[in-house]
Amino acid sequence: MKRIISVLMENAPGALSRIIGVFSQRGYNVDSLCVAPTSDPSLSRLTIITHGDNKVIEQITKQVNKLIDVLKIADLTEGAHIERELMLIKVATRTEAIRSEIKRNVDIFRARIVDVNAHNYTIEITGTTDKLDAFATTMSQASEIIESSRTGVCGLGRGERSLRP
Amino acid sequence: MMSGAAMVVEALKDAGVSHVFGYPGGAVLDIYDALFAQDAVKHILVRHEQAAAHMADGYARSTGKTGTVLVTSGPGATNTITGIATAYMDSIPMVVLSGQVPSMHIGEDAFQETDMVGCSRPIVKHSFLVKRTVDIPHAIAKAYYIANTGRPGPVVVDLPKDLVNIQEQHPYSYPQSISMRSYNPTLKGHKKQIKKAVQVLEHAQRPVLYVGGGAIAANAADKVVALAERLCAPVTCTLMGLGAFPGPHAQSLGMLGMHGTLEANKAMHNADCILALGARFDDRVTNNVAKFCPHATIIHVDIDPASISKTVNAHIPVVGSVDNVLEQLLEEVSLPAAQSEKLADWWQQIEQWRERDCLQYQSDSDQIKPQQVVQSVYRHTQGQAFVSSDVGQHQMFAALYYLFERPRQWINSGGLGTMGFGLPAAMGVQVAHPEATSVVITGDGSIQMNIQELSTCLQYNLPIKIISLNNRALGMVRQWQDMNYKGRHSQSYMESMPDFVKLAEAYGHVGIRVEHPDELEGAMEQCFSLKGRLVFVDVKIDQNEHVYPMQIKSGAMDDMRLSKMERT
Repeated sequence: MKRIISVLMENAPGALSRIIGVFSQRGYNVDSLCVAPTSDPSLSRLTIITHGDNKVIEQITKQVNKLIDVLKIADLTEGAHIERELMLIKVATRTEAIRSEIKRNVDIFRARIVDVNAHNYTIEITGTTDKLDAFATTMSQASEIIESSRTGVCGLGRGERSLRP
Repeated sequence: MMSGAAMVVEALKDAGVSHVFGYPGGAVLDIYDALFAQDAVKHILVRHEQAAAHMADGYARSTGKTGTVLVTSGPGATNTITGIATAYMDSIPMVVLSGQVPSMHIGEDAFQETDMVGCSRPIVKHSFLVKRTVDIPHAIAKAYYIANTGRPGPVVVDLPKDLVNIQEQHPYSYPQSISMRSYNPTLKGHKKQIKKAVQVLEHAQRPVLYVGGGAIAANAADKVVALAERLCAPVTCTLMGLGAFPGPHAQSLGMLGMHGTLEANKAMHNADCILALGARFDDRVTNNVAKFCPHATIIHVDIDPASISKTVNAHIPVVGSVDNVLEQLLEEVSLPAAQSEKLADWWQQIEQWRERDCLQYQSDSDQIKPQQVVQSVYRHTQGQAFVSSDVGQHQMFAALYYLFERPRQWINSGGLGTMGFGLPAAMGVQVAHPEATSVVITGDGSIQMNIQELSTCLQYNLPIKIISLNNRALGMVRQWQDMNYKGRHSQSYMESMPDFVKLAEAYGHVGIRVEHPDELEGAMEQCFSLKGRLVFVDVKIDQNEHVYPMQIKSGAMDDMRLSKMERT
């Protein structure tokens, strides 16, 4: 089962590699990973998408929490949460028909065209992983995807739930 | 104001370090120069950096204090890796100070450059690459704090050469105390969990205390005895826990697990309540986890939440230091005066298992048996020596036949199983306890993995007693080949053994060869009466002796072979 693990850690050199190290050393899966400093620049927040049964997830959270640089860890999937991922996708626009089909889909998915070129559009889209997957499939049917880049999921618990030092 | 190098030494003093085990080299010459100028911190010059780590480890295991290693960059640092991994697996507090190439050359593949923080990352509790000279005292203080609090472990401090330059002066300030927002180990057990545990313990008909290295790390041996005696419960120790409960105590069942005693493994399998104290349900204990102790309610006390329910599900997890949790349990447990009567049936059953006398062995008039050698060492040291071991058959014989009475008396590489650990560990013990008898029980394979340290022993006059069970083979490998590979002894035989007696003499020590059972007692007498000298006793033992009891692969705890012919 897919899990979203959120980690609050020291924004210190080597902290990220220690966390990644736990996953590789212990054979856990990393499906995606998203990390950046928080509003407090001495801290970083990392979101990892992983999968495994309850026992594996319990071990992942315990082993990561054991790292000296880690302050807090939460499995967001345990409760209501918001998850978002951003994708930039560059698609070929060879004909007028393709251009308008792409534009129509961009509107339907509430994406945005952020760069226009003679032969391609670059589109920005934000949403859940499923939505981004669906959009990518639609684009590949409408035209040719030249390249794409995704941030990986980041997430927060809904309501009162929070991860603070 | 002082130089970075002086800060390193000053910080070691402030951290209470008495001994450093190390080896100089380019990147740490400034630090060695600072060491030269003082004598509060004593330096032991090893012959190989791996041994420095094992010595610091033996020092730490025998005292509870953090062991300290100082090595240069590159090969000096990488040579310590096995020693760090050994300490990590057994949760031993250690600080490794490694030199590093100058900051401006990091990443250039400079001479003797290795990413030590990266190399050691999976086998340390934490590590630091120091970036500024003024940060040195704080990094070192933090390293000692992290190494010896919570679940202990090794910490690496990587020191670039330019930071320790003796020419530059900086202000020195050692922190009075350390507090870290990201690191606050839980020491006391949760009250609700304690209540639950107490209830199960009070109602248990067939309880067992299963005691691991965590009880020793927490200095909780007295409380283990107190609780065991109050509960009238049998106690079994893991390989790492030996000594946390006195081996000769009437309630001791000895070691459990792969080579555990029949009574220990039987008691575990038939228990209705297992109180695990700082033990981690290692695969060398549990055998097949699916068949593990089917009747027991498991109370698991451990300072590391990640150890709880990792392999075997705990019914009542208690996160905390074994010492604190035992204190809480002792406050709460109230038992009727008739507790011993309540457990009478259980003890009767245990006595039946004990009667089998699973440690008996066939002695021989022509060949020396390894078991009798260990028993002889036990007698000649009145059971009081510090005993270090290497890894293999001799390690199991030592664990089974030397009844350890006190914690920190038995020093061995349990988790990683590092051959070559024994001699340097025994040296670390001797450095920490100059007046005590420090014995290493080893084998002809293991001793050759760090034999160069005989030279260090001469330099520092470390009168270790080396008892080598020489079977001219890699005994444990050979045993497995006999059992599982139809006796095909692939690469487990060494064709050209050195003359260990001459070797000991060449290093300036005393060597004694023992080939016949009749010579054994005299040799031991001589060995232990030669105070102040290192004695290497090379004992030619029966090559075909196997370690028994032994669990049968994929079975339950109590599925065991008791000898070559017999099984449970």
